[in-house]
Amino acid sequence: MEWNDEAIVLSMRRHGESAAIVHLLTRDHGRTAGLVRGASGRELRGVLQPGNEVEAWWKARLADHLGHLRCELRAAHAAAVLGDGGRLACLASACALADVALPEREPNPGVHETLGDLLRTLAKPGWAARYAYWELRLLEELGYGLDLAKCAVTGLQSDLIYVSPRSGRAVSAAAGAPYRDRLLGLPGFLLTGETASDGEISNALALTGYFLERHVFAPQNALMPAARQRLVDRFGA
Amino acid sequence: MTGPEIDRLIQLLARLPGLGPRSARRAALFLLRRREALLVPLAQAMTDAAARVRACSVCGNYDTIDPCAICADPGRDPSIICVVEDVASLWALERSSAYRGRYHVLGGVLSAVDGIGPDDLNLPNLIRRAADPGVTEVILATGATVDGQTTAHYIADRLADCGVSVSGLGHGVPVGGELDYLDDGTIAAALHARRPV
Repeated sequence: MEWNDEAIVLSMRRHGESAAIVHLLTRDHGRTAGLVRGASGRELRGVLQPGNEVEAWWKARLADHLGHLRCELRAAHAAAVLGDGGRLACLASACALADVALPEREPNPGVHETLGDLLRTLAKPGWAARYAYWELRLLEELGYGLDLAKCAVTGLQSDLIYVSPRSGRAVSAAAGAPYRDRLLGLPGFLLTGETASDGEISNALALTGYFLERHVFAPQNALMPAARQRLVDRFGA
Repeated sequence: MTGPEIDRLIQLLARLPGLGPRSARRAALFLLRRREALLVPLAQAMTDAAARVRACSVCGNYDTIDPCAICADPGRDPSIICVVEDVASLWALERSSAYRGRYHVLGGVLSAVDGIGPDDLNLPNLIRRAADPGVTEVILATGATVDGQTTAHYIADRLADCGVSVSGLGHGVPVGGELDYLDDGTIAAALHARRPV
């Protein structure tokens, strides 16, 4: 049983002295773990950093075994952002979320593609807004997408500033006014694609965080990754 | 085949880094054959270390005195604190003889995988030390990994109000390194950290 696939490193945990159990998000085989021998060695230490794109070869005697992984570096995204606290927090948060939220060995080519896009454009301006979009896309891929196209009450497509915490659908200013204390804020940049302030990024992360918590983490009795909270803290939430 | 004492010795040796059951048996036999020259002095050294070596209450380094020899050395520059992940990193810096300031051992790095958060690190003591008016610079010498640099940025944010200069180690081409043999990430980091010649 073996395959070869494009992958993104999500996490690495040392196993014994020189090996590690590495979690990858592969394009065609979903989130997969495997034992990498020599992972602590000079050649592989830099390769197996979260966020790096690798070419992965997985091999096991039976399909449900942990299996052995061999990885070759395709793109070193982690090294490019080590000196930038915000971008590094973004990379760490995205990898930690994907590592916890995605089911194992279920193909998620959409998440793989969007995470790859996020990592490849991390050095460019607007990374925080792209990260917020990526969390929306992650919710969508997991089957809990938000409907932000029109007001859930009136059907209007303008003046959308709230999201219902129950349905995940947008609500217009007028329709939501009586319930505004109970509704979640909808930052405008998520609809218009314009640049976002730190406050709007914070609101967007609060919005996606609410639904991630409700649909993904609470049912698993799991905690939101600390790496995401550190990213949220950077935007003053 | 062997008595319980020897079995226990082999079992304990097998827990050491670099040793498995087979190499632990070889090490045990080696020690037993050199009882007076090696086994007894080693046992005595381990007993002494267990009884006397403690973590320094100031920096976290291991020593038999508290504060440790580095913290107590008047020849060391007390205005600079170098923050390291563990004592192994401190020893590595000491081997280089390139640094004459003081240290602070964190006891790990922030890690989502291992569930290590800020409360698990020796941070309150660092912030207290950095707030001392005599301290002017804190060097963050954590590893060039995602976890190591995430920790460095976190500490830099926490030290923002302490009025100290915060710096980090450079990343790039190692001494004796040829570009052809370096990984892409190291070359990218070296290019980012280029300097006028």
